[in-house]
Amino acid sequence: MLELVDVHKVYRVGTFGTGTVHAVRGVTFDVQPGEVVSLIGESGSGKSTIGRMVLRLVTATSGSIRFEGADVVSLRHRGLREYYRHAQGVFQDPFSSYNPIFKVDRTFETLRRSYFPRVTGAQWSERVDEAVHSVGLVPSEVLGKFPHQLSGGQLQRLLIARALLLDLRLLVADEIISMLDASTRIDVLNLLGDLKARGLGILFVTHDLSLGNYVSDKVVILYQGRVVERGVTAAVFADPKHPYTRTLLASVPQLDRRWEEVEADEALRTAALGDRCLYHEQVDDEHGLGLVEIEPGHFVGCFRMAADDPCPGARVTVAR
Amino acid sequence: MTVPGPSPTTAPEEPPLPTVVDGPADTPVRPPARRNELLYFALRNPKVVGAMVVIVGLAVLGIVGPMLADHGPNEYAGPTMQPPSAEFWFGTTMFGQDVWVQFVAGLRSTFLVGILGSVVAGAVGMTVGFVAGFRGGWVDELLNMLTNVVLVIPGFVVLIVINMYLGVRSVPMQALYIGLFSWPWVARAVRAQTLSLRAREFVDLARLSGVPTRTIIVREVAPNMYSYLFMTFVLLFGGAILTAASLDFIGLGPTNAVSLGLMMNQAVQWSALHLGMWWWFIPPGLGITLLVGALYIMNVGLDEVFNPKLREM
Amino acid sequence: MSLRVDDLAVHYRTTRGDVKALDGVTFEIADGEIMGVAGESGCGKTTLGKALIRLEHRMKHVRGTVTLDGRTLPIADDHAMNAYRYDKVSLIPQYAMSAMNPTRKIGRMIRELVTSRGVAYESVQPELERRLRLVGLDEGVLARYPIELSGGMKQRVVMVLATLLDPSLLIGDEVTSALDVTSQKAVARALVEFRDREFVRSVVVVTHDISVLYQMADTILVMYAGRLAEKASATTVIDRPLHPYTKMLVGALPKVGERYDHARLSGIVGRPPSLLDPPTGCRFRERCPLAMAKCQEQPEFREVAPGHQVACWAVA
Repeated sequence: MLELVDVHKVYRVGTFGTGTVHAVRGVTFDVQPGEVVSLIGESGSGKSTIGRMVLRLVTATSGSIRFEGADVVSLRHRGLREYYRHAQGVFQDPFSSYNPIFKVDRTFETLRRSYFPRVTGAQWSERVDEAVHSVGLVPSEVLGKFPHQLSGGQLQRLLIARALLLDLRLLVADEIISMLDASTRIDVLNLLGDLKARGLGILFVTHDLSLGNYVSDKVVILYQGRVVERGVTAAVFADPKHPYTRTLLASVPQLDRRWEEVEADEALRTAALGDRCLYHEQVDDEHGLGLVEIEPGHFVGCFRMAADDPCPGARVTVAR
Repeated sequence: MTVPGPSPTTAPEEPPLPTVVDGPADTPVRPPARRNELLYFALRNPKVVGAMVVIVGLAVLGIVGPMLADHGPNEYAGPTMQPPSAEFWFGTTMFGQDVWVQFVAGLRSTFLVGILGSVVAGAVGMTVGFVAGFRGGWVDELLNMLTNVVLVIPGFVVLIVINMYLGVRSVPMQALYIGLFSWPWVARAVRAQTLSLRAREFVDLARLSGVPTRTIIVREVAPNMYSYLFMTFVLLFGGAILTAASLDFIGLGPTNAVSLGLMMNQAVQWSALHLGMWWWFIPPGLGITLLVGALYIMNVGLDEVFNPKLREM
Repeated sequence: MSLRVDDLAVHYRTTRGDVKALDGVTFEIADGEIMGVAGESGCGKTTLGKALIRLEHRMKHVRGTVTLDGRTLPIADDHAMNAYRYDKVSLIPQYAMSAMNPTRKIGRMIRELVTSRGVAYESVQPELERRLRLVGLDEGVLARYPIELSGGMKQRVVMVLATLLDPSLLIGDEVTSALDVTSQKAVARALVEFRDREFVRSVVVVTHDISVLYQMADTILVMYAGRLAEKASATTVIDRPLHPYTKMLVGALPKVGERYDHARLSGIVGRPPSLLDPPTGCRFRERCPLAMAKCQEQPEFREVAPGHQVACWAVA
């Protein structure tokens, strides 16, 4: 349904725009209906930029982004509006997502003006009530209020309700729960799971691996704008191949293992692995910018992709 | 132009004080129209109401006063240097002109200068500010350069020069000059606010709702700044009046017109202070003070009306 | 060092009345203990952290005492507390890394700070450099501006700075919150190391992230709506919690490996009560699945097992 192929984003910075920041470098992945794909990375990994490029809030410098076969990057005006009927986003800060001087209902109103000008007031009211119910909220408790009168969790769910008023097929969720309390996070996550069951495709951008693991089917690990590993969540998390993925997993504060234990295991593994780079065992590519499929659906990039010096595994051709 | 910065996790929403959960007691399912709501709150705010009374009062005086006068402001209506009396409410000047008639005529032209000047400056400044803040890029750079150039030019000096050499001296022209030199700070301020509002996620959501850019500025960004924009007008209004009064005071005001500043100019020229003719310079000074003061107080009140969070406090 | 807090209550003054942010908390911290204070927004953990060092002008000390090493801390007296701040009790406030003066180089900022406490910068400089190296930064950091450092680096600088004079008690308010996972681990580890090397004697770590506390803290204190819910060793709180709130909170955390399709977790229904006019009795009872009639009466925070304190009637 959503397909990104070799997408790049370069920003111009500095005085007179002379410097450049290569925020996204050749990212390729896809999202199918009824599937949650997590984009996982730390700050500077480009994950939010990718989310915004999918939503056309940022223009991709090169590469192709296709939604249901049609190109997204070149959409204009009416084409873009139609796209937004099917692809919507929810963002990190619930209190910044609403215009603070208006009541929350206004977000629905804005949508109505744009997409449903002929729906009557009563009909619209009904639809809104239904959407609010479907995200687990009670309309009389949340409608007619100002944003600062509601909690972050309620606000985020209302935004999902808003997206559901359209003919939603793809939802880009950009760190939607990082600013919520632990007890409400899980409710919003479960909601995403329900939406997935209804056939929606969800692009879930997060820095938190445990959350990514909880709800996503596939996972894409990003480092400084590049994909270092991607595949089915269970496979990637059970047996991560790339050193960066392993570092990430080892740094996550888990509730059943202490960091020391994880590190001990890691030390054993790296000792056993030695200097092997799984990417270069298959590809003789000095720059190591691509991904190889080391098992069905599980892709890995060069182990030294993150570093400046070339992989020691490069230029080593393995006879197969 | 956004540079990719870190996207850190912040602690979950931590309101310094717990938010009050219940809204107004009679929460309707469909909220009342916004305009009615603003009016409701505005009419119940003592600062707004009090200030409006003063401003409207002075405006009425300025409009109606001269019409009810039997003689013109510069006519020699009575005995010279008379203190206030039943016949001459504000007394007479050194030349026997009626200070009251001068005062109300002066109010009229003061309002005119204030309104025209603030409208011109506001229109230019806000347009430049919104466009520069929202568009960014080279448009922003260009407009910034323009703003800085106009800002740096000593406006008052140029006004004096223009006044002296072009000799065009009417109230509207004076207002135009003043307006053309007072807008840079408005552009700067509006641009700064727009830059910060543009980065807010509700602007993104508006885009995702298919709302075109100019509509976003007008419907989403600008309303957040209503009280700010109004304050801008207040300051411009006051500034225009004061600048005009200063020009008048040094004798560069409109010829054959009356204004509060001109009154003070003449009062000083003819040593009203020394001669103890307080009724000649106190009314105009007080008039300007009352007008500008009332505008500022009204603005504070309106801030409470426009900002729902302040309202609950 | 030992810290003892007795029935501490701190309220916020607002135009609508007093918000009872901290309403009677009692606990102890032993020498060398790292105690985590966990809870959600509005539970009072930040207020507790602040109350131990500096009451802001809107906060008022209603009752209770804080005793450090046998001496009562004059927390209500801003001026008298000054003698203790930075020397005995030090704080890493929330957003500290964003609060460094952007126009000062780090070294100069530190110099100004220690000089203001009457300590010669030269006398602490060698130790300062040693500690910077310890947390993985090199002395060149002192010659840089804050904007040149990453979030994790800034946070470590702040940590070194806050502990430079070897305080007895360090309070960290959300020190790991705004950081990437790898930086978080580095900062958490650095804190533990500081305690191991006795740069600080005891640490209070205030955070919403219980999993980080599990990794770095000895004990965890769980707070809810201004009161204490449970206090026990970190392992006990995570593996064998007794208070219903703690159980539900820990239960709402997805562990790596848990998936939505297999084991659906649930959050806690409802929201914490308003602290302007809190309900009588146990403040969690409206959301608690075990609520009973007795909960109308505030349960005592008492020891139910060695080193394990709970405030709940449902716990024997």
